[in-house]
This record gives sequence, structure tokens and C-alpha cells, in this order.
Amino acid sequence: MPDAPGLELIAQELNRRFEGSVLGTYYEHEQSALVVNPEHVVDVLGWLRDTPGQEYRFLSSVHGADYLPAEPRFGVHYELLCMARVERLRVKAALADPGGEELPELGSCTHLFPTANFQEREVYDFFGIVFRGHPDLRRIQMPEDYVGWPQRRDFPMGGEPVLFTHNEVETPAWWE
Amino acid sequence: MTESPVTSHQSSDPAADVVGASPVERTDALEGVEPEEELFTVNMGPHHPATHGVLRLVVSLQGEVVKDLRPIIGYLHTGIEKNCEDKSYWKAIPFVERMDYLSYFFNMQAFCGAVERLLDMEIPDRAKYLRVIHLELNRIHSHLVWLATTCIDLGAISMFWYGFRDRDKVLDLFEMSSGQRMHTRYFQVGGVFEDIPRGFEERVRSFCAEMSTRLDQYEAILDRNEIFLRRTRNVGIVSRERMLELGVTGPLLRATGEPWDLRKVSPYLAYGDFEFNIPIGTVGDGYDRYRVRLQEIRESLRIVEQALDGLPEGPYLADDRKIVLPPRDELATSMEALIHHFKLVTEGYRVPPGEAYHAIESPRGELGCFVVADGSAKPARVHIRDPSFVNLQSLRDMSLDGYVADLVQNVAMLDPILGGVDR
Repeated sequence: MPDAPGLELIAQELNRRFEGSVLGTYYEHEQSALVVNPEHVVDVLGWLRDTPGQEYRFLSSVHGADYLPAEPRFGVHYELLCMARVERLRVKAALADPGGEELPELGSCTHLFPTANFQEREVYDFFGIVFRGHPDLRRIQMPEDYVGWPQRRDFPMGGEPVLFTHNEVETPAWWE
Repeated sequence: MTESPVTSHQSSDPAADVVGASPVERTDALEGVEPEEELFTVNMGPHHPATHGVLRLVVSLQGEVVKDLRPIIGYLHTGIEKNCEDKSYWKAIPFVERMDYLSYFFNMQAFCGAVERLLDMEIPDRAKYLRVIHLELNRIHSHLVWLATTCIDLGAISMFWYGFRDRDKVLDLFEMSSGQRMHTRYFQVGGVFEDIPRGFEERVRSFCAEMSTRLDQYEAILDRNEIFLRRTRNVGIVSRERMLELGVTGPLLRATGEPWDLRKVSPYLAYGDFEFNIPIGTVGDGYDRYRVRLQEIRESLRIVEQALDGLPEGPYLADDRKIVLPPRDELATSMEALIHHFKLVTEGYRVPPGEAYHAIESPRGELGCFVVADGSAKPARVHIRDPSFVNLQSLRDMSLDGYVADLVQNVAMLDPILGGVDR
């Protein structure tokens, strides 16, 4: 982990390179994170990957999160790892909800980290966050014809009716 | 398996060099080709014993050679992450355990570790050692199941019985310490559920002594077995750089020669106290993957023995009454303990707002748990980075231009646990 001052240095350098890219930093539980403008997330990830002295060349995970009712509502977290120094750095893209049927959008980093392919599809599947430039953005866990974004906080928990012989007539339109 | 000629479901841009999308398209130019050069799309799975669960592979074949492959997953998706958001922290532990059903202790450790990090909680030394003992026994158990199922995929049925016979002995040990054979819920935030019973140590030691002779027997069966060697050597090679690009960790990465093991590079729990080696391969083929895993069982046995030797005395659970349940005997005498017990069981403990990612080395690679706390007694988001899910992306690289039989070998050596892939 870069420590708190090291994190600030990275943030300053990034803001110098890409105007307005880093919106904030936080350092908690000995883990450091950059909050990044979604427009610049691919630039930031590319810079962190390729700059000598940073070299976060391994993307261990991409998480999505819904912070409802906070604003901006969505977060996409990239867990970067520098294997040489064994340092982790979290890059968090804070995304606002465009409202209505529109989906929030974010640049895809699959060209930088091919491992993000499945992981971005997973975030898309569960949160409805569109990754621009993703080669194969389809649902991955849920069925292809599924409607809704199940991991959003306003998506209700609850079951689907299970079809048995005793309720096959009442179960709404199962044959369609 | 059903066969059908390639139709128009393929990707619209045949030039796209894309993992997952098929670059194969049947065009008019293909009409005149010889039948053996024609491409067939074959559906392998989801109900196929060699897919180790419900993995579905859409494979484009030219004769017997794999030309394209797309894994289709989600058949075992159970919405565990969503369910965890509706459970208090201590009730979420049995849920996350059921994701990767062969390495339940690892799932528990990833989740409990993340919550402990959010709580800034230090667990007692004895709890750390007990966790290490169970984690390493779980690694042995997981690798034994892998060995057994892989060998039956390659046609070696005796190894299947031997592997499951010895794996059952590990389950007996889990039953002894926690009362359950699988999905034990033995770890909890703050330590472990119970101290190990009398006689456990002797049982584990005799298991370790027996297991190392068993490993010699396995090696005698497999190492110079002509069929096994021909099926595994120089099959499914992916370069180290490509593996790292694809985010692959664990034995698959180590088989390519990268000595990356989170137990060593960032020791969590008590792993810093033990002496063990990281086995690595040279070529990165199926045989190296087998050798790495078998050697990892030996290293795990060493760790278990060292942990038993150095097992410190003391509490096995942290002494924070706002978070861990009070000891059972205090409930009869102390009103305070009764109130704490009641509050913890009905409401659970609150975790201050924050985010934490805790990564550990599971039998399949980096298993990470990301927890967002919003200050309530339930997690706002639990996300598991499961190594099976990420590693599955390397299957296409392993299998392209190989035979179908090698594809089966590659799936087996990849060791995907579909409960972990689909969650």
C-alpha cells in the first residue's frame, strides 16, 4: 500500500497530467484509494500501469457498488496490484445515476487489462453500468433475457414463483 | 454433446481478436471446403461430468481441433452477494462459505478478514494458528478432490477412489473440531467458534504422517505413468505474461514459473511464523500444474505440523464483548453477558462505515472479499473476487488449436469450482 503521503503524491501527479482526473483520496484501514472522475478512469489506469515508479500492472479485481442514497450513486472499484513492491491501490470511479432508463457509462479498461473482460461484464450484469469499448458486453451470470439490475440497492429481494403442477395455472404467464 | 453446423449466431466482426466472442463465421467462401476443414459448433456441458459442475463451453471445432471456445456461465448463480446485503454480518458467514464449496474455510477467512479490517480488530494468536491449521487442511482437501476428479477425467479411476478416501479423512478432522464435515462456519469475526477438542492434535498428526506416505504412492502411480504423461505434458501451455494479463493466480500461475503466493508476499494470519516453500513449475503445461499442486499438499502438511508444534495457549476468541458472543457459562451468572448475547444475536454488531478488501491465497489463487459497510449491522455490499471466475478466462488460450481431449484435460487442470464461478 502506498501510505497516505504517497497517495497524495500520486493524486497530485495525476491531476497535473490529466486535469481534474482525481476528485479525492481516502486512506482507511491501511488501504489507499483514489476517487477518480469517470471520464478519466482509463487514462488513470493506463498511467498507473505504465509509469515507471508506479507499475501497477496487475488488476486483481473490479467491484461494483451502489451507494444509494448517497451521490454520486455508483462506484466501480479497480483493485490494482504492483507485484514487485506488493502494493495495492484502489481506484474508485464515482458515477452518477443519469436517471430514468439511461444507464451510467464508463470507459472499458479491457485493452489495458484483459482480465477485466469477465469482471466488467459482471458489473454490467448486476449494476447496469455500461463499459464503453468493451468487446463483448453481455450479461454473464443472469439469463440473457433477464430484465433489471439485481445488485442495485433499490432492486427488491424476493423470489420468483416456482412452477409446480398444483400452481401451473395460476403462475402468471409462465408459458410465454 | 450435440452437434450442429455453424450458423449465424457468431460475432458480426470476424476480425475482432476478442476473448469470448467467436471470430468464426460461415460465409459463402466456406461452402466449397472439404468436410474435415469445416467448422462445427459443439456444445459441451452444462451437464457433462468433465466440466466439474455446470460449466457450458461453446466450442468451434475443425475436425477434432478446437478453433474457438466460449465459456458460458451462470447456471449456478444463487445471488449470494445480494443475499448477504440482507443479513447481519455474523449471519452472512455461512452464506459466503457456500460459494466455493471446496474451500469453505478460505471463503470464511476472506470475509471475516475483511470485516475484522473494517473493525480494526486484532484476533488472538491462538485463533490465528487454529485458522491456519484449518485453512491448510482445507487446501489439502481441495487439492485431493482436484486430483481425484482430474485423474478420472484422464481415465485413471483408481486415483479417484484414493483421492476421495484421503479427502474423507480431512472431513473427519473438520467434523471433530467443528461438528460439520463441510460448510463448518468454524471461523467467526474475532477468532474461531470453539477451541479444538482433546485428541484433535494427535489425529491431525497421524493424518499428516499418513498423508505424506500417500503422496509418495500417488507419485508412484502418476509420475511415470505413460498415459498420464502423454495426456498432460506440453498440453495447455500459456505463457507467464499472458497469465498475468488475464489475472490468473494460484497454482496455474506458479506452474509457469512465477513464485507468487500471498501467504509469502504479504503474510496474513500467522503465515509469517512458518517455514514453507512455494513450488513452481517451468513450462506451464498440465504436468507442471499437477506437480505444483501435489507439492503444495506437502508444503501444507509442513505448515500444519509447524502450527501444531507452535500452537500458543490463550483465548481462541477476541475479548470484545460488543462483537463476539460471551462465553456460554457466563450467561447463567452475568446480566451483562446476557444482554450482550441478546443484542448480538437479535441485532448483530454495527460496523463503522468504510470499505475494505481482504485477499488471501486460496487453493485456486487470490480469493478477495470486498466489503462496504454503511454503519448498520448489515453489509452494504459484499463482493467476492473468486479465483475460479477469473482463471476461467485463460481456458481459451490454453485450448486453442488443441484437441477436444486436451480441452477436457485443460478444464480439469484449471480446477474451476462452479459454485465460485457463478456465486
